[in-house]
Amino acid sequence: MKKSFALLSHRAAALFLTPGALLVGAFVLLPFFWVIFVSFTNRTLLGRTALNPEFVGLANYIQLFDPTTFFTRGQFGFSLILTTQFVIFSALIGQALLGLLLAWLIQTIPPALKRIVESAVIAAWILPEVVIGFAWFAFLDYDNGTLNMILRGLGLPPGDFLLQQPFWVIVVFNTWRGAAFSMMLFNSAFSSIPPSYFQAADVAGASSWQKFRDIALPLIRGHVVTDLILITMWTFNVFTPFLLTGGGPSYRTELLSIYNYRVAFRDFEFGKGAAVGVIIMLINLCFALIYLSIGRKKQPKPVQP
Amino acid sequence: MRLSLPQYFSRLGFSALAAILGALFALPLIWFLFAPFNARAELGIAIPDPFTFANFETVFGNAFALRGLLNSLIQSVGGVILVGIAATLAAYALSRSAIPGKGAVTYVLLLFSSVVSGSAAMVPIFLIISAMGLIDTHIAVILVFAGGLLPTSMFILRDFIDGIPKTYEESAMVAGASPLQAFFDVALPVIRPGIVVVVVWAFVNIWGSFLIPFILLRTDDLMPASVAIYSFYSEAGTPIVTLLAAYSLIYSLPVIGLYLFVSWKFGFRFFGGIKA
Amino acid sequence: MASVEFHGVTKTFGDFTAVSAIDLHIGDGDFVCLLGPSGCGKTTSLRMIAGLESPTVGKVLIGGKDVTNLHPKDRGISMVFQDYALYPHMNLADNIAYPLKVRGEPVAKRHGRAREVADVLKIGELLDRLPSQISGGQQQRTSLARALVYPSEVYLFDEPLSNLDAKLRLEARGFLNHLQRDMGMTAVYVTHDQAEAMALATRIAVMDRGKVVQYAPPIEIYRRPATTFVANFVGNPPMNLVPVEASIEGEALQLRTHGLIARGLPLTSWVRAALSKGNKLTLGVRPEHLTIGSLADANSISGKLFANENMGPESLVTFERADQSRVTARIFVDDHLDVPDNVTFTFSADHVTLFDDTGARIPLEGEQRL
Repeated sequence: MKKSFALLSHRAAALFLTPGALLVGAFVLLPFFWVIFVSFTNRTLLGRTALNPEFVGLANYIQLFDPTTFFTRGQFGFSLILTTQFVIFSALIGQALLGLLLAWLIQTIPPALKRIVESAVIAAWILPEVVIGFAWFAFLDYDNGTLNMILRGLGLPPGDFLLQQPFWVIVVFNTWRGAAFSMMLFNSAFSSIPPSYFQAADVAGASSWQKFRDIALPLIRGHVVTDLILITMWTFNVFTPFLLTGGGPSYRTELLSIYNYRVAFRDFEFGKGAAVGVIIMLINLCFALIYLSIGRKKQPKPVQP
Repeated sequence: MRLSLPQYFSRLGFSALAAILGALFALPLIWFLFAPFNARAELGIAIPDPFTFANFETVFGNAFALRGLLNSLIQSVGGVILVGIAATLAAYALSRSAIPGKGAVTYVLLLFSSVVSGSAAMVPIFLIISAMGLIDTHIAVILVFAGGLLPTSMFILRDFIDGIPKTYEESAMVAGASPLQAFFDVALPVIRPGIVVVVVWAFVNIWGSFLIPFILLRTDDLMPASVAIYSFYSEAGTPIVTLLAAYSLIYSLPVIGLYLFVSWKFGFRFFGGIKA
Repeated sequence: MASVEFHGVTKTFGDFTAVSAIDLHIGDGDFVCLLGPSGCGKTTSLRMIAGLESPTVGKVLIGGKDVTNLHPKDRGISMVFQDYALYPHMNLADNIAYPLKVRGEPVAKRHGRAREVADVLKIGELLDRLPSQISGGQQQRTSLARALVYPSEVYLFDEPLSNLDAKLRLEARGFLNHLQRDMGMTAVYVTHDQAEAMALATRIAVMDRGKVVQYAPPIEIYRRPATTFVANFVGNPPMNLVPVEASIEGEALQLRTHGLIARGLPLTSWVRAALSKGNKLTLGVRPEHLTIGSLADANSISGKLFANENMGPESLVTFERADQSRVTARIFVDDHLDVPDNVTFTFSADHVTLFDDTGARIPLEGEQRL
């Protein structure tokens, strides 16, 4: 074979790839296959089956999809449906629309105001999840919380929302937490449109809404699709609401990730937990394949949560 | 350009709407501006009277809390070093070598990194770490994060390196440098901004994480701040508000600082977005 | 200084053949321009001399030594890149001195030498600046300084002036010409700008689709383009190429097409040979060889006036023949030129180049077939 003068020889390239390959292999690829294997066993954390798990075939899956309990609170089906609703309301509707609105608004407002608004939205996104969880705990407190203080000030009845409307609380919470990503993605999409497009529309007498509908939106369609898939994928896997509600009260905010955690690390049923993990991964795989198939065209890079 | 009256009002409306939305976003966080400096803080918003650092003094007197910050630092720095080195080398190889199957490797990594999330893989990750005998060690948290953050880091960096003309290294080699010299003298310094972005992103991710250390660690002495923060709950499970507020603020400062650093240094573009 | 040789060099990228079986000898002290449109293989050829690409087939020699499998750093070359490739994190002094650094020269010597070269190139004042803090022209000279800072066998240039604006380009071109006279360096210079090649080269290799179409001194290329491709590529405006039908009237050659008649051309044995394969030829005449004339002339070409552009010392007169193809004449008058709507130009047989139906030039009487 002829010697090649690529900047890096094959051998050097292989050497450069080794540390990354080992880490990704051990903690990304291996878990993928291991979880499938474990999901067919009755492995537990403690006791006899911790050391010598038995092969149980599809028992874990059959248990998850048991029609008599499927829709019961605290069961798999309930969590799956809850998570689906959570994704629809907090990601597809909440984050995407709010992000789009914010991105459009900050195109035209004065720079100082823009910086303040952006900072507030991004702060919700970058602060550690534990801190955010506690902030909302304080915010929603019945007696002293900021929200009820405001409601009382406006003459409205206060509420103990974490108890009364826990699902809507985590929907609003997640919308608030994640809108920054959509805002930034759409913001960068809008600013990649040449200003002359809008100036031409201005000259033609278009209103802000017409410019948005007729020029901006068609041009950022690709970004919208990217955004929707990414936030769906991330929201589907999000664990943060656990820090606000712990999955309760009485399983009413038990998303799939929280359900998986409870089954595996509270009830110590690793086999069943693994089966839940496999299903989550299969759903992730669908989204990822959709994303990659359209992402082959030039798309913005994902920045994972 | 002079604005017509309707345009003027539409601008005003935009600004007002943006301001309201900004305020709604800030609302749940305002409490954090006051409570840490109020020795009698409760869950309600109250202007500190007197303004005091007493809460911080108490926090700094709590060995366990400080230990938590140190543990966060150990795990974040450890993970970041691994991610930084491994991602830089791998991304450079993927961008600059003619190794066969580069495209496929990139595709598979992108796929798996999206599929294998923390919430889906918590069971196998726990079992793998157990099998390695690393449960309840810093290195366990470091390794898991390094592996999990690597694919995305590699894409960001590879993209960055792809955008750098190869002529930098080529001119170095023509001028007499070996490939290794070209890498260290020329490529590495040019890639450095990309590495900084990746490192900051990885740091913020590990620093703010809760689930992985929560699962992999047991000993109080190893818990990072995100888990140690729960020591500010009383036996009955109610939070000690004053200390929690102060501790949360201290714990958030590195993230805020890094955010300001990145937006000052690179402009906070979408690409360099750091996400906790 | 040393010579450079290509022996049967082919380079393919997958299915694409960038360079196809090239043989080329670049003499010691020659300044050779590889000239051609984008994708013709000129840059790939240069990069094979540098060692940045390796030939799929064939050998590259520098100074008579086979360097085909040698690393770039061991070839004794310097190169100036199109994008200059100045290291953004190093100041100009360190940029210029980098080749000396990798050669292990002590700091004092490095910087002394960098200053000498920088002074010659009039960037001595800027040595502590970063590349981002200087102008494009200064960046270009810095990259040149980096190539000149150490003695090389061969100097390689990859379109080094293409990122400069027109005025700076002329200035830099003049400087390179001066440098060549001064140093007598062996240089290989890639460009798609024929004027640059004409101005700088001692020999030009015109390339098209991976092959060298003609390799000759600039004036030879200009006067006797080997093919219609070369004729069309060299000269600005390029040579007028008119497809004609040839016939032999008595013992004289006659060429005809819309608005053109040429009766005064010698009927050489080469022309006879070409005509034996077909009567479709191409007549080439440079714009400056057309003069205003009349239909009564032995050789004339006429059409409707299309454009009349006064450039100062000359006027470019373009007219359209009956088949809508255009012909340009270059008339040297330093005053406004009045041209009628229907124009006729004449040309002398000495200035005509004929091409056969494959596009190859028909040699003159007594000339050898290439």
